Amino acid sequence: MKKLLLAASMAAMMAVPAQAADYVIDTQGAHAFVQFKISHLGYSWLYGRFNTFSGDFSYDADKLEASKIQLTIDTNSVDSNHAERDKHLRSGDFLNVSKHPKATFVSTKIVPKAGDTFDLHGNLTLNGVTKEVVIAAEKLGEGKDPWGGYRAGFAGTTTLTLKDFAINTDLGPASATVQLDLTVEGIRK
Amino acid sequence: MFKNSQTQFGLISVSLHWLVALTVFGLFAVGWWMVDLSYYSQWYRTAPHWHKSVGILLGMVMLFRLFWRVISPPPGPLTTHKRWERKTATAVQILLYLLIFILVLSGYLISTEDGRPITVFDWFDVPALGALFNKQADIAGLIHEYVAYSVIILAVLHGLAALKHHFIDKDNTLKRMFGRKP
Repeated sequence: MKKLLLAASMAAMMAVPAQAADYVIDTQGAHAFVQFKISHLGYSWLYGRFNTFSGDFSYDADKLEASKIQLTIDTNSVDSNHAERDKHLRSGDFLNVSKHPKATFVSTKIVPKAGDTFDLHGNLTLNGVTKEVVIAAEKLGEGKDPWGGYRAGFAGTTTLTLKDFAINTDLGPASATVQLDLTVEGIRK
Repeated sequence: MFKNSQTQFGLISVSLHWLVALTVFGLFAVGWWMVDLSYYSQWYRTAPHWHKSVGILLGMVMLFRLFWRVISPPPGPLTTHKRWERKTATAVQILLYLLIFILVLSGYLISTEDGRPITVFDWFDVPALGALFNKQADIAGLIHEYVAYSVIILAVLHGLAALKHHFIDKDNTLKRMFGRKP
């Protein structure tokens, strides 16, 4: 009888329609990525990423504009697959990580667009400078995972002008901006 | 002629001494200048490549110097040198050897954290040992910088002391380092 009750109540809980839920970004299992690419000399792309970050979001499929996300990035973890370059990127010429060890993004507004796409507005703090940015985002999918959890995944991209964030090292005319690519998979709390 | 005698420096020791002196000051100047080169400077890639190549060769020359000291020990100090002068001179010389080795080693650790070898003038590669400790490139970089300044300060003191012997004490300390008989 007890088991039956438990099963019934669990079934009832599962039947509740989707509503605003809180998610933690799955950095534990590394199903989230903060990557960037910047032109090299105008001839090619250089890719890099931040290996350490954390964040969470709340998401409601029926009320997308009420969703929120915040992300904190450890700028020390910049990784472009070259130790000497990473040392240079951490220095005062670029990310100034000893002075600004964290970069943060906190959403302020979500504007739904066609299909699963939306504009994610928010304040990005990088190298000690806070600036409003708009991330062109898209929901990739959501649903139960095979291990008893529930997941939702998003991708977003935005282009930053280095000078806007007081990164004044001249890498040439084609490399004045950097494209930031975020892919986050959240696990419902 | 090549080997050191009881009183005289041989050609090998004299050459090694001045070669290392020239190289250390040259590497310091290039290192100091190259870290501020702009990305579009034509030296942006060449200067660090040469700095690393010459640095590795310096490390090899220093190893040979140690080996040569065993094969052919240097002559003792001049009898006119005072006790404190001998002690200070020896301490500075040991420190210079030690710091130059630390300099080469820390430079190596900056460049090899990610497993890439150091290519010496396209002649040969010095293989990397990869990351041996956390924040290796940053920590090794700081050590490299401070030890470089220390070596230059010590080398200048070492040179000033030699000039003091030459011009004030009017002894043969400096002349001997050019291979002259005492």
